Amino acid sequence: MHGIHLTIVLAPLAAAVIAGLFGNRIGRAGAHWITILAVGLSFVLSVVVLKHLYLDGGQAENYSLYTWAVSDGLRMEVGFLIDRLTVLMMVVVTFVSWMVHIYTIGYMHDDPGYQRFFSYISLFTFAMLMLVMSNNFLQLFFGWEAVGVVSYLLIGFWFKRETAIFANLKAFLVNRVGDFGFILGIAGVVMFTNSLDYATVFGSANSIAAQSVEVIPGSPWNAMTMICILLFIGAMGKSAQAPLHVWLPDSMEGPTPISALIHAATMVTAGIFMVARMSPLFELSETALAVVLTIGAFTAFFMGLLGIVQNDIKRVVAYSTLSQLGYMTVALGVSAYSAAIFHLMTHAFFKALLFLGAGSVIIAMHHEQDIRKMGGLRKYMPITYWTAVIGTLALIGFPGSAGFFSKDALIEAVKDSHWHETDLLVYWVAYLSVLLGVFVTALYSFRMFFLVFHGEERMDKETKSHLHETPLVVTAPLILLAIPSAVIGWFTIEPVLFGGFFGDAIRVSHEHDVLAHIGETFHGSAAFITHAMQGPAVYLAFAGAFTAWFLYLKRPDLPEKIASRLSGIYSLLDRKYYFDDLYIKGFAAGGREIGKFLWKKGDELIIDGLIVNGTARSIGRFAGVLRRVQTGYLYHYAFAMFFGVTLILAWLLWA
Amino acid sequence: MISLQHYLTLSAILFALSIAGIFVNRRNLILLLMCIELMLLAVNFNFIAFSRYLGDETGQVFVFFILTVAAAEAAIGLAILVVLFRNRRSINVQELDTMKG
Amino acid sequence: MFHAILFYLFAAVLVGAALGVIFSRNPVHGVMFLVLAFFQSAVLWLLIEAEFLAIVLVLVYVGAVMVLFLFVVMMLDINVEEVSGAFTRYLPLGVLIAVLMVTELIQIIWFRSAGELTGAGFAATPEGYSNTKALGSVLYTEHVYSFEIAAVILLLAIVAAITLTMRKRPGLKQQDISAQVAVRAVDRIRIVKMDAEKPDAGDQS
Repeated sequence: MHGIHLTIVLAPLAAAVIAGLFGNRIGRAGAHWITILAVGLSFVLSVVVLKHLYLDGGQAENYSLYTWAVSDGLRMEVGFLIDRLTVLMMVVVTFVSWMVHIYTIGYMHDDPGYQRFFSYISLFTFAMLMLVMSNNFLQLFFGWEAVGVVSYLLIGFWFKRETAIFANLKAFLVNRVGDFGFILGIAGVVMFTNSLDYATVFGSANSIAAQSVEVIPGSPWNAMTMICILLFIGAMGKSAQAPLHVWLPDSMEGPTPISALIHAATMVTAGIFMVARMSPLFELSETALAVVLTIGAFTAFFMGLLGIVQNDIKRVVAYSTLSQLGYMTVALGVSAYSAAIFHLMTHAFFKALLFLGAGSVIIAMHHEQDIRKMGGLRKYMPITYWTAVIGTLALIGFPGSAGFFSKDALIEAVKDSHWHETDLLVYWVAYLSVLLGVFVTALYSFRMFFLVFHGEERMDKETKSHLHETPLVVTAPLILLAIPSAVIGWFTIEPVLFGGFFGDAIRVSHEHDVLAHIGETFHGSAAFITHAMQGPAVYLAFAGAFTAWFLYLKRPDLPEKIASRLSGIYSLLDRKYYFDDLYIKGFAAGGREIGKFLWKKGDELIIDGLIVNGTARSIGRFAGVLRRVQTGYLYHYAFAMFFGVTLILAWLLWA
Repeated sequence: MISLQHYLTLSAILFALSIAGIFVNRRNLILLLMCIELMLLAVNFNFIAFSRYLGDETGQVFVFFILTVAAAEAAIGLAILVVLFRNRRSINVQELDTMKG
Repeated sequence: MFHAILFYLFAAVLVGAALGVIFSRNPVHGVMFLVLAFFQSAVLWLLIEAEFLAIVLVLVYVGAVMVLFLFVVMMLDINVEEVSGAFTRYLPLGVLIAVLMVTELIQIIWFRSAGELTGAGFAATPEGYSNTKALGSVLYTEHVYSFEIAAVILLLAIVAAITLTMRKRPGLKQQDISAQVAVRAVDRIRIVKMDAEKPDAGDQS
């Protein structure tokens, strides 16, 4: 088994190295073949591991491969923890990555950076696998940063575009804020347990929770709360939770396959995965869970709203990703970690599908991304259309689709959560957010769907004449992703949510265990659908879809009027709640001002002017006086010498 | 009776005179070299006087070495002086100020 | 008593010669004064029975080094000028330093030695004592390594002096013996192949 684990991780790395360093020698076909084969191998082996763990009843494995350093009892190691949580992530990551690899052949067909792109996405797969398979915090952090690096490289893949460079810098900087919290959290863990190993840290979780720290003297905080909130700040950065979400919409500057793989399906869910992995810690801090829940609820609802006013096809999907990540975070906040991972999995499929569908549309439209210039594409691109139908239905939670099971279970979990007893404010904020979020999700999803595929054809003649279905390498991944998007919920909801699929990987304290409570009334997938029909969520989704139909197909003149009537709200949404303005004009400009002040006054004036150059200048001035002593005449030196000797003699004699 | 002190005094006078010579002489580098020879002579006086006073020949051996080194120094010094004169057509000490700061 | 008179006499001449060295305008005179000073010193050393060094001083120093000085002085075309203003300007300073130093040294020698040196004469040498022999026995046993180093220093001085003063004059024709030895026949003679001239070629044209 160990050999298989290692192969899963190293195959994409090897492919990335070959495609990256020898890209010119192996050519375009060589680059895509080697990376696709490597990632395909990883996928197949991941399925083997899944089968071993789930069907064959194999044991979870936790072992160290290599000890990098030992310092004062702190072991820094490379190791794997392969349990069911890990293996589920591995299968999802390698599958989506594989699909995206294949899709890329079509999407990047004419790009000069073809080999470089394949190298990057393979490298990403490696990094993401290192992240999920890690058995210690250090390797987790390595994977965390490595996926961040690849994300940075890929957002700025078209590095000649000003906007792409801005976007990748923004992503990088915003993630630094999150990572700062994350690494402080890891430092906290090391401080209290002197270990980086998951098992050791989880084993001493109770003793951490019993201690407190005083960051600000006089106000002790629970150590676990502090560690969990710091770790969650890391998750907020990576998983783009408000207020660190601003980088994700801008990251759409990268090529679409990347948006699907990194910024929708896998990397951004790393934060969700991490919190689920840390469930033994988060379970012990009520405060941290409340923070998680509130942030998630805020993100789920308000980021969804922004999707309504966006006109860039990829940005709409990006805001929907933000919103769905908010849903997952909400699930974490109500201790329904399994539900979060479940939604993560279904979301990975249908969101990758939607992104790749959007990419397919973009190819057909010759890289036009504005949905106002599309419309009526249904008859030109049937495969893309039908897969988009499946993706959209899954996203809004149409009964029976994958998204339905995960989202409805999630809403159910929020409704029945323990917060109903402990904190009503948090409870209602979260519950209303996820409920209204369903309506909003349906509204923006169908708005985009109708504007792109139905209605009048608003594109110009030139584009229209070239419209046709995209090639097989593009549509095949769409179909392959559409299948799990449609049906995977049916098969997996029972084991994943209620059947104890995760076993020991996720620990939930008894009084928090809302999923067990729901599980008592669970009687199969079909019954779950009927049960859901009695709840408000499904009808809200229908209402959202209907509103979208009414506004954008029936009365296309209405949205304009509503926008001008509610111009205040519209501009608030259009400006994305002024987050960007706050960051760019507030933090960034303020930072620049401070930097400029420190540069001009602190550095140039005081350090350079006074201390460094001042010292040099004063020495120079002093030397200017002293150099007059150096006349170069022999007799002056001799005089100085003998005069000195005479003085010393005199001093010895008469002093 | 001539004692050690007489010799030492003579040596001191000789030494001081050669120092004065180094200061006073402004024009001729050869004279500087000669003053240095005089100075070494004064030192040799001390060595010999003490050697005889203490009855130890090592002092005289030392003088022997000083003479050797002084001869070498004179040879090289004069060689440098010749080269200097060849390059600058002058051995005027007042004109030698290339080391001026 | 006779001894003391000799000492004072020669010491006076020595100081006079030293003054001559310092104040002579003509460097040739300066060298002659220096020779005189060395002679006086040799005699004074003889007075305290350091015969070997006295002889060496005369033979080596006066005979070789001073002649070298004289040679250089005469070889260089030094124009002897009048004493410049700087000479008299710095004279008081030089005299001051000299006087100060002599005062201090006399202070040490005569008054500060706490009577230790007062009237300390030179012990008479035993019968049959040979200064040269005694020196030689010390020099070639105890100080033999230093002696060899001294030899190396002298060699170094020879090499240095030659290297410093040697120069190649432009336009001077010199024999390059190594080039002459290394020459090959091909460098000197070139065999040219050409058709034989017809005897009647000139007539026909």
